[in-house]
Amino acid sequence: MANALKARTALGAHDPLQVMVGALVVTERFDVALASVAARRGRMGDLAKAAETIGLPLPEAARHASGEVYAAFWTAPEMWLVEAPFASHELIAEVLKQALGDAASVTEQTDAWVAFDLLAPDLAPLLERLCNVDFPAVVVGYATRTMVEHLGCYLIKHGRGTARLYGPRSSAKSLLHALEAAAHSAW
Amino acid sequence: MIIHHPILGPRDAQEFVYLGDESLIDRPDGMTAGIEAFHDYAYNRDNPAGAHRELWYHEQGDRSWLVVTRNTVTHEITKVELARDVARAKGRTK
Repeated sequence: MANALKARTALGAHDPLQVMVGALVVTERFDVALASVAARRGRMGDLAKAAETIGLPLPEAARHASGEVYAAFWTAPEMWLVEAPFASHELIAEVLKQALGDAASVTEQTDAWVAFDLLAPDLAPLLERLCNVDFPAVVVGYATRTMVEHLGCYLIKHGRGTARLYGPRSSAKSLLHALEAAAHSAW
Repeated sequence: MIIHHPILGPRDAQEFVYLGDESLIDRPDGMTAGIEAFHDYAYNRDNPAGAHRELWYHEQGDRSWLVVTRNTVTHEITKVELARDVARAKGRTK
């Protein structure tokens, strides 16, 4: 029986969605495991050491950084959201807890978010309609929390025309609708 | 209105939630300070026309609490600090 159980995506489908609207391609990412990592008080040094041994980058404020297996972006002082391939890190929180010990508090976040990869020649016309991030002005690797259609999201800039957007999973359809509506308007 | 976040730089005020007077940081010990001090903490606020130190929460950002010094007449913001730093400077441990 257990073999017949298959997780659905945030949009309620069996397979991740890809949709094209104007110049925009939205790809739902179903293959990313997420966990939050926060240094316990006074333990930042220990966390940094432990993170280094497992190749976990802990970037500075408002930045995203990629390692070999792990990638991470800053969410708050001494706190990060960590990304890893779902196939190898389905139990990412357990893996990180083992590696980081009591220097950090770790929470499972994989099923809390929907991840959309955004692709267009230039994302500025889209994002200026959706949020208050000055997308052309910020550097590649910029990561920030922002509001999109009243939804608290994380936006990570990977290039002039590539970005990843994390939104609340329970509002995945609303967020997708906002992206589609803004793309219709932009292109 | 733009709030210059000490870590993240200029941020639109719509990302923040306003709580109130910064004196909320100085909660007296309810068991030892006496009822007058706690009543004062709970109910009494100054209402200055001028510089006002107040707590703002960066809810749609990094979830930090800030102490913002704002002129209530002109809305000019002259100083923004992390509430954590302000509390620690007062000798608080948490």
